Amino acid sequence: MTAPSQEALAKLTPVLTKRWLSPDAYTIDTYERLDGYTALRKALAVHPDDLIALVKDSGLRGRGGAGFPTGMKWAFIPQNDGKPHYLVVNADEGEPGTCKDLPLMMADPHSLIEGMIIASYAIRANYAVIYVRGEAVHAARRLRNAVNEAYAKGYLGDNILGTGFALDVVVHSGAGAYICGEETALLDSLEGYRGQPRLRPPFPATHGLYASPTVVNNVETIASVPYIVLGGSAWFRSMGTEKSPGPKIYSVSGRVVNPGQYECSLGITLRQLIELAGGMLPGHQLKFWTPGGSSTPMLTDEHLDAPLDFEGMAAVGTMLGTTAVQVFSDQDDVVYATYRWIDFYQHESCGKCTPCREGNYWMVRILHRILSGQGTHADLDTLLDTCDNLLGRAFCALGDGAASPVQSSIKYFKQDYLDYIEGRTAPMFKGELVGAH
Amino acid sequence: MVFSEVIRDQARQIVARYPEGRSRSALLPMLHLVQSVEGYVSPGGISFCAEMLGLTKAEVGAVATFYTMYKRRPAGDWLVSVCTNTMCGVLGGDAAFKALSDHLGVGHDETTTDGTITLEHAECLAACDYAPVMTVNYEYFDKVDDEIAVGLVKQLQNGERPRPTRGARLCTLKEMSVQLAGFTDERAEAMADGPAGEPTLAGNRLAERHGIAVPGFDPETPIRKQDETSGTGPGHQKPATAPKAASDGKPAGEGPTPQKEVAK
Repeated sequence: MTAPSQEALAKLTPVLTKRWLSPDAYTIDTYERLDGYTALRKALAVHPDDLIALVKDSGLRGRGGAGFPTGMKWAFIPQNDGKPHYLVVNADEGEPGTCKDLPLMMADPHSLIEGMIIASYAIRANYAVIYVRGEAVHAARRLRNAVNEAYAKGYLGDNILGTGFALDVVVHSGAGAYICGEETALLDSLEGYRGQPRLRPPFPATHGLYASPTVVNNVETIASVPYIVLGGSAWFRSMGTEKSPGPKIYSVSGRVVNPGQYECSLGITLRQLIELAGGMLPGHQLKFWTPGGSSTPMLTDEHLDAPLDFEGMAAVGTMLGTTAVQVFSDQDDVVYATYRWIDFYQHESCGKCTPCREGNYWMVRILHRILSGQGTHADLDTLLDTCDNLLGRAFCALGDGAASPVQSSIKYFKQDYLDYIEGRTAPMFKGELVGAH
Repeated sequence: MVFSEVIRDQARQIVARYPEGRSRSALLPMLHLVQSVEGYVSPGGISFCAEMLGLTKAEVGAVATFYTMYKRRPAGDWLVSVCTNTMCGVLGGDAAFKALSDHLGVGHDETTTDGTITLEHAECLAACDYAPVMTVNYEYFDKVDDEIAVGLVKQLQNGERPRPTRGARLCTLKEMSVQLAGFTDERAEAMADGPAGEPTLAGNRLAERHGIAVPGFDPETPIRKQDETSGTGPGHQKPATAPKAASDGKPAGEGPTPQKEVAK
């Protein structure tokens, strides 16, 4: 194991993750001892618009992958419109590789709830929901406990800390559907329907939950809010870059010595992250990696020094996504990896849009055929054609996400495909011939 | 009667969580509730939800068949899910699933003949830093391989309840479904179960070891007041016109949006 360089260590910014070191931080007593709910008191003493301005000034951008400025999203909520407003927290973590929100909700659920109360006060919502992925019962259990504790202490309910502000929070478990992490599908699911994306416009800011103004934010985004309220926007901007400020939880998995959660300044590079994670596993050479989940085009060892922030990733033709950094080595098969991801998209496509429903169905079969040693050169063209028909042609971007691994793996590793097609790599599957040649 | 008055009362409690007139929001938790009674969503369970919420059976059935956690055939007491998405798969999840399938003599989404264990391969379980992972009734067993996986299932077959690596001690799938329906775990000891593992704390440990903290944090930093002339009430904010939400072009899940979509 190699020791990380000073430059890499200097990127560590334990802010949101700091309380995780206290095993009892999920209880309200420990949370309060560790400065919990002090940001709420401070926030409730100022005008809601001041909070929106503060979050705008901080430059906080959505941590769920899209990177939309949070303060701007909050400001889009029309005020004095006579409609109820809603805050919905997207805790449907499921993008392959992403594993930052579940540990946060396990170790420090009150930070999310405190952030929710502040955000609800800012946007004038009196009802908020955490839509937590169904399989994540362990996180939901602690969230429910935390919500009950917050009610008992007067942080939730009809008259929060005597200010007259009222908020109810409900923890709502999903039932196993990746698509519900897409915010309009999430809203449909929360309304009791099949989780299928909605046509936009109108946007959730005006027609969200129950056709009312709604903010949908990721867990990590909302959990960042109490720190901004306490430390201020200038302090928050002391981390990260000018356009991508703040700390970010990077989830490093795969062929490194110490996979795990590394909260760092936005803009850290993969080289530095691998150093922090103890280096590559002995005998493994970096081959391909995703910056933020399987929906972000993969990169290679050429991109070790590209900054992992919104701009830096766009500059190398990919996206920051959820900062789910999955590291694969020369011992991993990029064609198989792509096949497995497309199998996932095929399974999770909600079926609403033809390009996504049919495109993934066919791509997974073509990839299987290639891995079975029965692929043809025309298969690569068919895959790329299918991607062209997917990209930007579905209601939501699950389809765009599905095109990412196919396009990027063919771009960087065409030879690996050709080795299967031309018989230099032994077939992985003994497959029946699928589809017509 | 399959669904007793106790269950009806729980169903009414679920409805009460949601805003007035929005009872349909109770459908997903209510489907978990009927699964807690029968171990799967039966035609009777669909009728029950339809009756409680004033929906048609077709409307309920359309929802029940959309989500993978609702089982349409009786499931075992123990739902064994092995992550075979790419990362877990290549690190050993594929081998673990195959070993379990051979050991149990069942494939994906099938239940052993004695009706105790249902096997499935799962998509990314959001624990990639602990890969490969499997779950039993959604509680996590980290860093498994084929031998460990078969060993765990043998324990289940012997009537034992192996301790998950994270999350609470095991309960049956029906008991778990009560929690999925949104009811608090009644086991006092369950809440404290499952302290964070080392991968969760990896960055923290490193920072601790090297004495790294973020400087300049002053919790007393004042919050700047907005220009008073813009009005005193919440209503004086500019109205939103054609807002452009983050979701525009956003992939499903936690996916990214093309960078050009991001506002300046």
